[in-house]
Amino acid sequence: MMNADNNLVNYLLHLADTTLILSQRNSEWCGHGPVLEQDIALTNIALDLLGQSRNFYQYAAIVSGNNHTEDTLAYLRTEREYKNLLLTEQPNGDWAQTILRQYLFSQFQYLYFEQLQYSADTQIAAITAKALKEIKYHVRWSSEWVIRLGDGTEESKVRMNAAIITLWPYTGEMFMPASYEQTIAFRGIGYDCSELKEIWQQKVKTIFEEATLIVPEKVFMQTGGKNGTHTENMGYILTELQYVQRAYPNCEW
Amino acid sequence: MQDEIKNITAILETVSDPEIPVLSVTDMGIIREVKMNGDSVEVIITPTYTGCPAMDMIAMNIRLALIEKGYRNVIITSVLSPAWTTDWMTESGKQKLKAYGIAPPQTPSGIPSDGTIACPQCHSTNTRCISEFGSTACKALYQCNDCKEPFDYFKCH
Ligand SMILES: [Zn+2]
Repeated sequence: MMNADNNLVNYLLHLADTTLILSQRNSEWCGHGPVLEQDIALTNIALDLLGQSRNFYQYAAIVSGNNHTEDTLAYLRTEREYKNLLLTEQPNGDWAQTILRQYLFSQFQYLYFEQLQYSADTQIAAITAKALKEIKYHVRWSSEWVIRLGDGTEESKVRMNAAIITLWPYTGEMFMPASYEQTIAFRGIGYDCSELKEIWQQKVKTIFEEATLIVPEKVFMQTGGKNGTHTENMGYILTELQYVQRAYPNCEW
Repeated sequence: MQDEIKNITAILETVSDPEIPVLSVTDMGIIREVKMNGDSVEVIITPTYTGCPAMDMIAMNIRLALIEKGYRNVIITSVLSPAWTTDWMTESGKQKLKAYGIAPPQTPSGIPSDGTIACPQCHSTNTRCISEFGSTACKALYQCNDCKEPFDYFKCH
């Protein structure tokens, strides 16, 4: 049997895990949103992200060989095997923190998928080109909320600033490629994420300025998610996400 | 064989979208191609939205409809590229949507500015967007300022 393309599998899992975990976090809001329309907006975004992650898992399962399916990859891997961005696993906190997490990620994801739609791998190109149409809405919705909260009431601004302090240290990782990412980028399948740092910062700065918020400078950046070293949040997320398959192995409905 | 494919296309026109039952899967532009290979039929479909939860059900309904008409070997293949667009929705599909109370997608893509989408009830364009995210991934929530009815707008995609 031919050896599976491990770098490609790891890369696909990184993309799949990142979208799955943010989807899982957003869906925790289901039924708890501040108003019905926003509850629906966030769960719609969760659904889009879940769809993207399924596409990446299905493809990862094919590439890996090993009898994997999208379900075994999502439900039966441990914390150290998950390769999602640390940003996506951060708690929902309040509405400001959820909004800011979504904006910082969507703004990055849009720029990143804009490049991946030209991937030499036709499946990655197809998945990302399709997802871009949806991400455009996520960026618009979340950036409008960042502006509304930042340039809103005294209270909403305090909360936005607190969210920035909490989440900013997890943004650096988006632009630091793991070794499998570097290999995949070199092969024309992925893209060097470090190239997007400047334009992402510019985009965020424009929105923050409109929101009368300040972009932090010289913050120590946390890393590790891409290689399976997570914050303490991750175990709790997987406990809930994987509970049914762990408690009743192979159950189906 | 052309007749056979015509026959299959006619059957597909009877398979409705589970979320918008007035539209068939052909109206939606989900069917990309029908292929015959000996006695096996391959129907190539494409999802509307990446996370559309109706796709599995649509694939199953297509299979059932064809089996019911005597086709034994039915293969449903889902492709992502080129990405689905509301441009593939048929004209009659758009009319059916409107009659059902959902404002059909308008070009150009994106969320149109307030005052451009016609209310499916009273046809006034004095309408506004309440939320870009509606009851399903493909819809936005609007309200008519004249007759006050809230309505769904099928987003241009
Ligand atoms: Zn009206």
